[in-house]
Amino acid sequence: MELLERFAAGDLEAFETLFRQYQCDVFRWIMRIVRDRAAAEDLTLETFWRMYRAHARFDVAKGNCGGWLRRIATNAALDHLRRKRREVPLPEDTPDVPKAPPEEQSELRQTIFSAMDRLSPRLRVAILLALVEEEPYDSIAEVLGISVNAVKVRVFRGVRILRKELSAAGVHP
Amino acid sequence: MSDREMEEMKKLLKEGLPPLRDAELGRDLWPAMLERLAAPPLRLPWWDWVLLAGASATILFVPGVIPALLYHL
Repeated sequence: MELLERFAAGDLEAFETLFRQYQCDVFRWIMRIVRDRAAAEDLTLETFWRMYRAHARFDVAKGNCGGWLRRIATNAALDHLRRKRREVPLPEDTPDVPKAPPEEQSELRQTIFSAMDRLSPRLRVAILLALVEEEPYDSIAEVLGISVNAVKVRVFRGVRILRKELSAAGVHP
Repeated sequence: MSDREMEEMKKLLKEGLPPLRDAELGRDLWPAMLERLAAPPLRLPWWDWVLLAGASATILFVPGVIPALLYHL
């Protein structure tokens, strides 16, 4: 029996194989949304937990395990952002890109994070994936389960709010 | 909003929040997953069910307590 069929039948070994195959991809995807290593590890586990519980609903005919996992991961990350909306810490894991002096960059990052924190999680995710991570609109639409136009609307609305928030904080794009 | 304004915002965001495409996991999460799979499912103690039944019965037979309950919530 194929790996995905065995997983759909509830085989733990098949689940382990899929877990080991996809854990890095799922972690990386979640990291891009929540930008917090500890939270991303927890959410990776949560994603696979949801996947395991839903094994019977997996569409073996489609066979797109990676896409299914990304959708589950995105939902788990959105749930996390909704819970943590009022307490987003400054991430420590972001790589250093020396475009500005460190203090200035840190201050800019904090200002941007504060402004992002005022966005609803769905607008925030759309902006992060579309503008920061430069994910194609159609793949964002797929993981969010909405149309490409709806993604564009979310990005547009989010940018409009961000501009207002950043201008109020003295940062002018 | 023009394309230029959108591009400016993109540039600013990327300066403050560098893309994280290459974030590495750094450790195998399978042992933690196994622990989670082995954990017993969350079960409510019997006393919680008794309290829930009592509260439901009170609301059903004495609906006048609903405003008081709402006030204390």
